[in-house]
Parts: sequence; C-alpha cells; structure tokens
Amino acid sequence: MPKVTYVSHDGETQTVEVPIGWSVMEGAIQNDIAGIVAECGGGCACATCHVFVDPQWVSKVGERSSMEQDMLECTAQESTEHSRLSCQIKISEECNGLVVQMPEEQT
Amino acid sequence: MSDRPMVIVGAGQAGLQLADSVRRGGYDGELLLLGEEPNLPYQRPPLSKQYLTDELDEERLLFRPEKFYAKKNIDIRINTAVDAINASEKLVTVGGATIPYSGLGLTTGASVRRLPIPGADGEGVVYLRTIEDARNIKSQLSLTSRRVVAVGGGFIGLEIAAAARELGQSVTVVEAQERLMARVVAPQVSDYYLSLHEDHGVDVVLNAGVREIERLPDQSMNVALDDDRRIPADIVVVGIGSVPRTELADAAGLACDNGIVVDEYAQTSDQNIVAAGDCTMHKNVRYDGSSRLESVQNAVDQAKIAAATLLGERKAYDQVPWFWSDQFEAKLQMVGTSMGHDRAVLRGSLEEHAFSNFYFQGEQLIGVDSVNRPGDHILSRKLIAAGVAVPEATITDIDGNLKALL
Repeated sequence: MPKVTYVSHDGETQTVEVPIGWSVMEGAIQNDIAGIVAECGGGCACATCHVFVDPQWVSKVGERSSMEQDMLECTAQESTEHSRLSCQIKISEECNGLVVQMPEEQT
Repeated sequence: MSDRPMVIVGAGQAGLQLADSVRRGGYDGELLLLGEEPNLPYQRPPLSKQYLTDELDEERLLFRPEKFYAKKNIDIRINTAVDAINASEKLVTVGGATIPYSGLGLTTGASVRRLPIPGADGEGVVYLRTIEDARNIKSQLSLTSRRVVAVGGGFIGLEIAAAARELGQSVTVVEAQERLMARVVAPQVSDYYLSLHEDHGVDVVLNAGVREIERLPDQSMNVALDDDRRIPADIVVVGIGSVPRTELADAAGLACDNGIVVDEYAQTSDQNIVAAGDCTMHKNVRYDGSSRLESVQNAVDQAKIAAATLLGERKAYDQVPWFWSDQFEAKLQMVGTSMGHDRAVLRGSLEEHAFSNFYFQGEQLIGVDSVNRPGDHILSRKLIAAGVAVPEATITDIDGNLKALL
C-alpha cells in the first residue's frame, strides 16, 4: 500500500499507508491525523482540506481541476503554487512516498 | 469537575462533534457517547450520492477510525438506545440501568417522514436515513431494469433519482409543489434543476399529490396520483422530509415545538441539558424567530456552541447556514437564504452549468445559490457573515473580484 507522509504546520511528521483509490484527505482522517478538517467530507466544496504538496511531488499528483483552482483562491491560509485540496488527490501506486504539509489554519 | 460523566445521546455528526469539542475545550472527565445504530458515527450525505453509485464504500463513510475514540477517551457505546431522561435527578436510563450525568447533550437527529397513504407500508417502498436504509436502496438499484419512482422533489428524492439514473434505471420524480426543492432554493434554480433532470432522462411530475401505492399481483406497484394518473414502479423512494427526534426530550418535560427548543447557546429549557443538530428548533442571533435545519453545517456549528455551553462558556450561535447537494454533474451549494429576497443577480451562465445567483433584500446580500462555482460559494459565506456591501457590477462581471470586498 502506498505510504504518505503528513507534516503538521510545525514540522511533526506521520507516515501512514493509504489504500489506492482513497484521497489524501481520507488517509489523514482515517488515521486520525490532525490538521485536515474536511467539513464537506470530500466534495471539493469547503476548502478545509488544504495541503502543500512537497515540491518534488507536485507534478506526480496530477493537475488541479478548474473547480479546485477556484477553491484554492478561498482557503483560510493563502495558497501557493504547491497548494492542493487533499480530497482531490487520489492515491495511486505512483504516490508511494508522497509528502504533504498542512497549513496552520483550515477554517 | 463533577464525578458524574458528561453524556451525549445520539452518535451522528452533531453528537461526534459535541464529544470532540468538549474534549478540545479542555474537559478531561468521563465522556459517554451513546448511539442506537450498530455503527460508529458515519457521514450521511454520501448515502444518497456516491455510496449508491459505488464511488464510496462503507469503510470510507466513517468519520473517525475506532482508535480515535480510545485516544480521545470518548466512551462510545453503539447499539445503545436511551429509554428515558430524568432531568430532575440528572439520570439517563439505558436498558434498565441508570447513568448519572453532570451535563447532557441531546443530538438525537431526525427520522424520516412517512408517506401516510394506503399501500405505502411494505416491501418496495423505501426511505433513506441510515446506512442500513442505503444498503437496501443500493441493492435494489443494482438489479437491472428497475422502474424507480421518487416521491418528493427535494434533496433526497433528487439525489437518489440522479444516482438511479446514472445506474441506468428509468426514473420518475413526483413532487407536490409547483417546483423542485421549493423549500430551499429560489425559482430560477428550481427551473435549472428541472431541465437538468429532464435532460438526463428523468420524468418529473410537478403539482402532483400521491393518493395510493397500488400493489399489483406481480409484486410491482402503481403510484396513483390525485388526478388518477398511475406511474408503474418497482421501487418507490420516499423523500418527503423528516421529523425531529424529540420523544426523549418531550417525555422528560423539555420544551419542544417541532424540535427540541434551544436558545442561541444551544441550551434547552433545562439548565443541565443542551441540544444540537437536526433535532433542535433553535435561535440564531443573525435571524429573527427560530428555525430547524437539517444540515452538516448546523450539526457541526451548533454542536460547537453546545460544547461551549456545557463547559460554562457563552458563545452565541451566529453562523450563516450553508448546504450542498450533488445531482448529476451539478454541484449545488447554498448559503444564507433566498427567502424574502427582492432582487436576484446572476453571475456566470446557466447554459454552461456554472453560475451563482445572489439574493438581496434591499442592499443586503442574504443568500447565494451556486452551481459548479464553489469559489463563489466560499466567498459568499464570508461576504454574508461580514455583512459587507456587494456591488451588482462585481457580481455580474465574471472576473469581478469578490475577495477584494472582504
């Protein structure tokens, strides 16, 4: 199973296995990793699962949809070129080793 | 801190949030979360959407894994129905045993409103509230060539209709009102959804009361309308609203009026009991009067208020309500209310299936319905909460910078 490393805003890391097909958001919620709120449960509707994808991984996790792009304009903490909504990143084999960092604020 | 535990009755979204929030608020005493269903707390919204179309399996519906409850020292007891509350002695009764409480939270939710007509009881007529209901609907929709009739053109009926259509079934929606989702969206948005469903091959019958479910010898049914039209059906899905679960509160002598009556602090008529979520008739300082809302937003935000009250803090409920509904490729998001608007301003394009309708009462922005414009929705939540003036030109210009108004 692909491993994903979640880094809290102050640098604490947790590495967990996330099943293929799940989202990075679900991997966090189901492993009780703090820092991702996901008010809407994964519908690309609330912008509270914002993460910064490690620069090495940005190109490997796929493209933002236009809807996600819009949502990233509205996150609690300013988004950057590395920002994604973690509910929109689906885990595949290629994601093994993925590193994402959570912002300080989600709501 | 008292030796008596804090007890929460109802382990849905509001109950879980209440438990989590009292822990986050610093309460470290005994905390019981009692749920009558046989599952850990799970998300209900996907039950009428991605769960039916197999995009989300049951394991992924759980809000939190089992270890979360141990870690937070939340004593969660599933399969546990509470029989009674004794408010004067501060006790709840569960299967003959009594549990004393220091503070009590009621997050009992709602149950489906049942169709009160002949033939409605029995096989083939289904409702959706729980995962068990959803399993039943899903298994029926997995059979081929089903004729599905949804009674009720609200969120539940339309979401199930869309899922059933995506699964290749033939689908009819029967709605008593003159338009779809009449309780929650403005007429322009209802019209858009009527076209959306019709374009996807759903038959929509408006202004139609259902008189009887006729049972035919071959196990199929006819949905008989008031005007004597008959719509053949293999499955009838009923989504005609819900009834708040007030029976425990009522029997305990708490004030109830289409919901457990609470003030803006989520306090019931008993000073040791709070309530939150679908089951409450509540005050929001933003609005006159009281309302009952069935939504994730209300469950979560009101539970946070209720937690503060249990911890002896005072935070008044003032959040702007928001809702969403996924039907076919249209993501509908609503914030505030369109009720009482005197002006609607459109941003985007209905033809392109990406628009927001902004509702004003005088100069005040009171609500926004968005379809496939989630950015507008998120910003509108902030604009309405802040009460800032929103110029019409900024809305109608698709590149108008709403964020700059904050």
